[in-house]
Amino acid sequence: MELGIYTFGDLKAHPLTGEPESAHARLLRLIELAKTADRAGFDVIALGEHHRKDYVISAPEVVLGAMAAVTTRIRLSTAVTVLSTQDPVRVYQQFATIDQISGGRAEVMAGRGAFVESFPLFGYHLDDYEELFDEKIRLLLELRDNEVVTWQGRLRPSLDAALISPRSFQDRLPVWIGVGGTPQSAVRAGMLGTPMFMSFFQGPDSGRRLVDLYRRAAASAGHDDPGSLKTASGGHIYISRTSQAARDEYHPYYSDYFMQLPQFARGMPRETFEQWVDNGLIVGSPQEVIDKILRHREILGVDRFVGQIEVGSLPGELVNASLELFADEVAPVLRRETAVTANPR
Amino acid sequence: MSGGERIEPTIGILGAGKVGTVLARLATAAGYRVLIAGSGAVDRIALIVEVMAPDAIATTAEGIVAEADVVILAVPLGKVGSLPLVALSDAHAIVVDATNYWWPVDGILPAFEQTELSSSEIVSNLMPGARLVKTFNHMGYHELDSEARPAGHPDRKALAIASDDPAALVIVAEVVDAMGFDTIDAGALVEGIRFEPGTPAFGATASRVELVAMLEADGNPALARGRMSP
Repeated sequence: MELGIYTFGDLKAHPLTGEPESAHARLLRLIELAKTADRAGFDVIALGEHHRKDYVISAPEVVLGAMAAVTTRIRLSTAVTVLSTQDPVRVYQQFATIDQISGGRAEVMAGRGAFVESFPLFGYHLDDYEELFDEKIRLLLELRDNEVVTWQGRLRPSLDAALISPRSFQDRLPVWIGVGGTPQSAVRAGMLGTPMFMSFFQGPDSGRRLVDLYRRAAASAGHDDPGSLKTASGGHIYISRTSQAARDEYHPYYSDYFMQLPQFARGMPRETFEQWVDNGLIVGSPQEVIDKILRHREILGVDRFVGQIEVGSLPGELVNASLELFADEVAPVLRRETAVTANPR
Repeated sequence: MSGGERIEPTIGILGAGKVGTVLARLATAAGYRVLIAGSGAVDRIALIVEVMAPDAIATTAEGIVAEADVVILAVPLGKVGSLPLVALSDAHAIVVDATNYWWPVDGILPAFEQTELSSSEIVSNLMPGARLVKTFNHMGYHELDSEARPAGHPDRKALAIASDDPAALVIVAEVVDAMGFDTIDAGALVEGIRFEPGTPAFGATASRVELVAMLEADGNPALARGRMSP
């Protein structure tokens, strides 16, 4: 199975020192992260797109372009590109450019995002939330598959024999759809025949029905071999030497991070955190993390797992130590285990 | 497969998304006849219902207003306006409000800002004839899915419930109980503010005893609107 990491480029003030890192330093550290992940043999690094003060990445395409120049084999993706509020033509051009620079290592993961700041920012209406994504993903796939496109929709000006250039280095730029648990999103991904990514805060069990729905939607849309469509899963990941150390080190930062969500406005109680870890949040010793990721593979049949390696104010030293354990102690075992067994799907 | 005898009432669920499909599974497992509707035509959700809640019956919102005895609102708050509110009001339907003012996703809705009302009171005002009951809103859909337990189970969790209509509250409390959760009667709809975003009860997966303590905790009005910045 393929393994990778993703990050939103968190830019949160440290709860003790109160000072966020500068955008300059943070972006350089992200590019270092890509180099490290590339050297460590990860298959993919993906960046989230946010339009908020607490994340440094609003333009993942630009950061991926910089990463493309300093890496050699890792694939460069997003998690996710908020396609609803972007122009698919521009998205295609940018990722085709990254693909050319990197010699065929670019991917796009389109999604609707967890936040809505980009709607007013780019002049879109939340009332069109569903339709925007639906229309734009279809257009993006048209652009990916055709150099000259004639297209008409409702929310973007028509294209009349428009030439889309440059083309990607790969024959077909991979376009994934990121799904957050909404059944209709899994149906859409299946019907369009795109690979599907799902993220989980806790265990993967709730994804079982989504994958079933995805494959049945693909079959109903007439895709030849729905079983061959790729899936991936992901979620927060933190690895330390021991189970207890992982929990103790991670909880304060995780709690702080979640204060942005209404249900955790007062922080995440340790008890809730422990429940999440017990229910599958990927925090633990290398062996525990191996078991948890293998469970994603068993339950969902995923071809790829990507771990969100940075959250909130989690310090760089802890991120790097966790990444090192992921690369040195977790990834080799997962590769070995999943190479000898056929995908359970 | 149904877990028991078919019992009344018929449950109608408006919304075939994350929350709606989980509630449909719980309600069918409890033995209820369950109708579920998304936005628009039945064939749009047929496959979703078949996979996510196979014992529920896919129908339209109008079908639910006509047939269901208890109607659960399982849509984002911003979509409530697109539901058949007049019909629900005219039918004096028992309506369960499972929605929240969830500003990270709904965006800022002015009607729900700068007010001390429970969001369910505002929803209730949209359908004055309906008998509105607030519950299911303060537990995440993953937890609703995984924490349902039979009555008397030592690990059973509780849901708060509030309504201005005591008879409707009793009917809905029975449904919640059958679906796998204890209920704590929080009182009138205005008390719904005690289990809205920003309160200790919101997002909690708590037992009866724990939930009672959370509901009694003093609310912080700024947090109670779910907005973080102090």
